[in-house]
Amino acid sequence: MTKYWFSFLLLFPAIAVSEVLKSSEQFIEEAFESSPKREVLWLNQEIKAQVRKEIDYQLNQLRVRYWAQGSRTAWILEEVGKEEVITIGVVVDNDKIEHFNVLVYRESRGGEIKHSFFTKQFIGAGLKLARNKMGLSERIDGITGATLSVRATKKVATLALFLHQQTDYATHVEKK
Amino acid sequence: MSKLLAIGAVALLGTASTAFAAPSQEEMWKIIQQQQAEITSLKEEQKKTDEAVAETDKKVEATADAIEATGGSIPKSLQWATNTTVGGYGEHHYSNYKDSGAPGAVEKNSSVDAHRYVLFIGHKFSDTVRFFSEFELEHGLAGGGTDGEGNADKPGEVELEQAYIEWDYSNNHSLVVGQFLVPVGILNETHEPNTFYGVERNLVEKNIVPTTWWESGVMFKGQIAPGLKYDFAIHSGLHNDGFNIRKGRQKSAKAVANDLAYTGRIKYTGVTGLEVAATLQYQEDLTQRANNEVGETSSATLFEAHAIYNVGDFSVRALMAEWDIDSDVAEDTGRDEQSGWYIEPSYKVMDNLGLFIRYSRWDNTAGATGSEAKRATDYGLNYWLTSQVVFKVDYQNAHEDTSVDSLNIGVGWSF
Repeated sequence: MTKYWFSFLLLFPAIAVSEVLKSSEQFIEEAFESSPKREVLWLNQEIKAQVRKEIDYQLNQLRVRYWAQGSRTAWILEEVGKEEVITIGVVVDNDKIEHFNVLVYRESRGGEIKHSFFTKQFIGAGLKLARNKMGLSERIDGITGATLSVRATKKVATLALFLHQQTDYATHVEKK
Repeated sequence: MSKLLAIGAVALLGTASTAFAAPSQEEMWKIIQQQQAEITSLKEEQKKTDEAVAETDKKVEATADAIEATGGSIPKSLQWATNTTVGGYGEHHYSNYKDSGAPGAVEKNSSVDAHRYVLFIGHKFSDTVRFFSEFELEHGLAGGGTDGEGNADKPGEVELEQAYIEWDYSNNHSLVVGQFLVPVGILNETHEPNTFYGVERNLVEKNIVPTTWWESGVMFKGQIAPGLKYDFAIHSGLHNDGFNIRKGRQKSAKAVANDLAYTGRIKYTGVTGLEVAATLQYQEDLTQRANNEVGETSSATLFEAHAIYNVGDFSVRALMAEWDIDSDVAEDTGRDEQSGWYIEPSYKVMDNLGLFIRYSRWDNTAGATGSEAKRATDYGLNYWLTSQVVFKVDYQNAHEDTSVDSLNIGVGWSF
């Protein structure tokens, strides 16, 4: 039997495991036609509190860097799935999501969220406020067995749309 | 006509210039020079301010960089802790059994139970090597000893449910070595209370699969295409001379391992909201060579298949499982065939409130002539206080054995 196991192992070439699907530089480059302006959004207590309360997301940093041009902003944000951090790139144009890419996936399960059959659902989604919680205007169908990773992606998408609203690049500022 | 107008205009200008004494050219020059001096000085000041702002910006950026850099750092001696994860889940149940109404019948007591209290501990040794474990206390109190009538003093159990090393030997493919949950069914691997409907786990997976079921061995797992996953395991097997599947679980506690078992599963989750999976298991002898002298082995094959589909607020889960035990001894007991299935549609009234109904049918002696399957209908609701904390209420209607008809209330959590 042992020898069969061994041949099974050999079926798979040993590839490096780190799951960098796309570099941040490449993502930004693809998001804009010419080189965008590098911007910084400073996070005040009000923004942090609102994000914590209405998106269930902890903004621990002092500011968020983003890239912008015209009505378009690009964000690289992170959230923990089950145990590991998932890095996601989001491009918002005219207050709607235009690109949604998982850049680095580190969890050992729930990897379906990195594929386009899942991420394409975010395209065209805007920010929606319902019962004091911020969410997405489009329904995102989940993946069985990847509940926590799916939840993380929804939070990041909502956060990117909300942060976009805090910039001068927002087309229509949602008044609460 | 135009001449007349021109004269009029000159006359008007003449009156205007006499009404406001205009500054002389010299005075005008002076004013302009003064203004110019002002503009230059303002410009200089503006420049200084701009420089100062830019300088401040740089300082602020540098400060933020420094704060963010040091804010995330932890002492070297504690770095191991950042690779260690702790989690857990638990559930408390209350069950109120229906009185049968039969005169003189011994009614089943209602009960309150700290059914499960579970801790997960995991550790990441490197990017590709991990440890994971699940440690459980069932029914609140565990320990040895029996009362005068042979019943356990303390009804609970302390169990090691999982403890394994997982190694990603290549991208998308891993090897699991140790004690792990058998890749079968819907609940066996994902059984945190906030992930399923009903206070108690469903009867088909409990009695046929039999959930929660773990074994020790090695397992290869991975993904062949987006959403298409496989598992193949060689592990310790069941052990029961009477062909009682649930009682055959040895729980990796000094388990008899004369005979190993082989489990394979294919699972597809490549469409949002969908999961379809099938598991096949084979064990050469369920009795672990108990009937060796008479030259008889009882080979056991389990086939299980299920589907989960979520569309909008609707969801449906369906599962079937079937054991086929091949021996004369097994045939004599009628346990050579054991099978069951259930279907569970559910509907989310709100994001955090869902209703379900489940119809289950199973038979642990399907091989016996005239054996009748047991049936149960459960219905109730889950209310999620947060996505990981759930309150549950359901009613179980057991069609054949009304003494277990019960109203169940539970609270569960996982983190």
